[in-house]
Amino acid sequence: MEKEKLLEVKDLKTYFLLRDETVKAVDGVSFDVYEGETFGLVGESGCGKSQTCRSILKLLKRPGEIVGGEILYKGQDIVKMDKNEIRNIRGKEISIIFQEPMTSLNPVLKIKTQMFEAFHDSNMSKQEKLEKAIELLKLVGIPSPETRIEEYTHQFSGGMRQRAMIACALGARPKLLLADEPTTALDVTIQDQILKLINSLKDELKMSVILVTHDLGVVAQMCDRVAVMYAGIIVEMTDTVTLFSKPRHPYTYALMGSLPDQSKRGSRLEPITGAPPNLANLPAGCPFAPRCKYAEEICRQERPEIFEIEPGHLTRCHFPDKVRTFTGIIDVPAEEVGNNG
Amino acid sequence: MAQLNYLFKRLLQMIPVLFFVTVLIFTMIRLIPGDPARTLLGEMALEEDVQRLRELMGLNKPYTTQYFIWMKGILTGDLGRSLVYKMPVKDMILPRLRITISLTFLSMLFAVILSFPLGYMAGKNKDKLGDQVIRVTALAAISMPTFWVGLLLMILFGVKLHWFPVGGWAETPAEQFKALVLPALTSCLMTTALLMRNLRNSVVDISILDYVDFARSKGITETRVSTMHILRNALITTVTLLMMRMAWMLGGSVVIETVFSLPGMGKLMIDSIFGRDYAVVQVLVLAFSMLVIVMNLITDILYSFLDPRVAL
Amino acid sequence: MDNSTQKFRKRKKQDTFKMMIRNKSFVAGSIIVFIVLILALFPGAFTNQDPIELDPQAIFAPPSPEHLFGTDNYGRDIYSRVIYATKIDLQLGVFGVSIPFVIGTILGLLTGYYGGLLDTIVMRILDVMMAFPFTILMIAIMAVLGSGIRNTYIAIWLTGWMTFCRLVRSETMVAKNSEYVMAAKVAGFSDRRILLRHVLPNVISSAVVYLASDIVMCMLTGASMSFLGLGVQPPTPEWGSILSTGRGFISFAPWITIFPGLFLSITGIGFSLMGDGLTDFLRTKGR
Repeated sequence: MEKEKLLEVKDLKTYFLLRDETVKAVDGVSFDVYEGETFGLVGESGCGKSQTCRSILKLLKRPGEIVGGEILYKGQDIVKMDKNEIRNIRGKEISIIFQEPMTSLNPVLKIKTQMFEAFHDSNMSKQEKLEKAIELLKLVGIPSPETRIEEYTHQFSGGMRQRAMIACALGARPKLLLADEPTTALDVTIQDQILKLINSLKDELKMSVILVTHDLGVVAQMCDRVAVMYAGIIVEMTDTVTLFSKPRHPYTYALMGSLPDQSKRGSRLEPITGAPPNLANLPAGCPFAPRCKYAEEICRQERPEIFEIEPGHLTRCHFPDKVRTFTGIIDVPAEEVGNNG
Repeated sequence: MAQLNYLFKRLLQMIPVLFFVTVLIFTMIRLIPGDPARTLLGEMALEEDVQRLRELMGLNKPYTTQYFIWMKGILTGDLGRSLVYKMPVKDMILPRLRITISLTFLSMLFAVILSFPLGYMAGKNKDKLGDQVIRVTALAAISMPTFWVGLLLMILFGVKLHWFPVGGWAETPAEQFKALVLPALTSCLMTTALLMRNLRNSVVDISILDYVDFARSKGITETRVSTMHILRNALITTVTLLMMRMAWMLGGSVVIETVFSLPGMGKLMIDSIFGRDYAVVQVLVLAFSMLVIVMNLITDILYSFLDPRVAL
Repeated sequence: MDNSTQKFRKRKKQDTFKMMIRNKSFVAGSIIVFIVLILALFPGAFTNQDPIELDPQAIFAPPSPEHLFGTDNYGRDIYSRVIYATKIDLQLGVFGVSIPFVIGTILGLLTGYYGGLLDTIVMRILDVMMAFPFTILMIAIMAVLGSGIRNTYIAIWLTGWMTFCRLVRSETMVAKNSEYVMAAKVAGFSDRRILLRHVLPNVISSAVVYLASDIVMCMLTGASMSFLGLGVQPPTPEWGSILSTGRGFISFAPWITIFPGLFLSITGIGFSLMGDGLTDFLRTKGR
């Protein structure tokens, strides 16, 4: 069953042009998102995953600029769109929710006003808008929506604010939701609720989700396919099951090695040595080389190209042989992995 | 309504402050060297006549009694008599009050008209040429003496160009407005600069916040982002600053009215100090402070309307 | 790949302008203030005329090589009067602000840190005094004390401490609850040591920033008082009072008002630039 491609990102480059240096936040990123899927972007802080999302809706903070590449949504290139064209995409086709709900909602406007903004393009009367907004609040699980809609941001708790933000983002029924670390700032119990909410909304509204996170557990729970990012580039991309059973990049493998492993009780956590790279001053060669246990001379000199190591599984590493010996943290019999085995 | 409760509470709190204000004013006037009776009668007068006048004026009574007599007068509408003009102070104050308040109000208006658009533009175009120019201009405006600026404006627009009168008041409302333009422009200069700087910084700080981006992400027009999100939040501190500056501008009327020879409260105050007309000075200082207290109260309440996070 | 970055490099020109304004404002301001200081300390080096000498033959003379800034209604040379006035006005600014700065900071530290009765009393005093517009308060005090330069200083000192006190007090109240102060308390340091070594360095920066703008304020206030006739008395040259003498004659002798005001403005701008540069410096250092 062939799924439709909703979004095609081709060689996206987003740089921050500062006074005396250029920070290459996103340096040649390509991926596709299909209808009805949850696509994960995972990596450490500063790897460029948030900037990739913001680039899709052109919501970059100064002095960030998209300096190259294409973002094709339903065939149209977002990068080339002017202000009016991108406004038609925002909210109606693609929406975004941010990490920190307290600062993502206007503190001096009622929730009602902010929700009505999602309906800015419709011909509904005030009464209709109110009813629709209350319905949305119910959908995201906010109790007593009729009274709460007249309240202000500071009167909501953290989890409620996140739900309200989701309601605003989904008001115009977008096809694609960009979720930029939506649960990072929340308590663990609330995290789970919000993630489940996103899943159910995804099914109900028939949308796709790009989920940005640094938490592999969230990836396991939510994502169909996932791309691992490091220093502004994708280093590995495949479906979730394969990623967790057969990672094929030293960084991905190292990320998993730093997870607590229940089965090997008493084993030490293995943090990744070294520090994240300076995106303004990247070394030549593979950006992970300074911290990679398996790096050799060519790794330090030449940045590897991304290639398909198996159907549907891309990686960016010079040493496929070494990489082949990695086993992931789940064991999956070969037959069950399906086409992507 | 919460605001009414707060208003009531604040009015109660104001009473002790008002009391101390009146005591302070009364004491200061009492401390001024010189004998008012002697001043009235002149250097040549006989000592016994001076003493008799002192009795009549109640100057020999104890301090507290004199204070209560004065306060009673104030509260019943008897504001004393001017020694210089030989009329009840009450009659003198009202027309002058009108002039000073008109001047202050017009100043505020000019300050808002000038500072809001410029401050907003400077903030939106941070570090570009327009922003730099505006910031430098604001800095210069804050550092210049108002009386000099007033005189310069008078020279340029009054003497050389004849667009506005060179000081003084007028009869018809139209002429009166013209007479207020240069003084109001002078008075608003420092406030405009401060408001511009404040609004610019607020806009810069707020423009990078997440909720601005989130609002944009819904696809609303950039105009709406600018008004409902950026300005609506940035203006909170700016409006508060404006209200605070009003108190300052009231005081500035002393200099402005002197420069432009406007018959307002400020000029009367200076004239009365030189003329040793202390009954007038007392009432004027009291009037000024009452205006300030009322303005502070309005500011607090206005602030609670602007920012729903503030619980009264 | 680098071509795309080069396309956006034209921004660098605007960035340089920004650097000029920012980092150089402190330098530019300091240069101006330095020049003013020289004028104040060595007036004789810049003029050989007597600032209070009358010359009835040459009243209202327009600017000329002999009288660079013209003469006033008594025939006095404006140029030399303005030069000699520099010291008076500079003193008004610098000495006018020093006592309020010290007293206000001390009071702010004490009330912010200890609270209690002292705090209540000081805050009530502030409430009462701030019920008056600043200028009104100034001239009311001058009315009681009488005119003259000494009383101008007293009036400025009596009114100037309030803002410093409020500023330092609120910063102290925040610092009081910070972790490093709590740690110092637990370690058993004396209050005095905590205040001096730990709290003061952190709260002083906003006071110092305000100091720069307050020097301008004090100078302008002193000049205003003299302008109104309450402050410096003639024939002592002071920029505000020189300006005031020119008031009646602006239509035919505007130079009497123009030049003193110019010097006031330039000096004010110098200090303001320094203050601006200082703010930026302190802000970036704090990060």
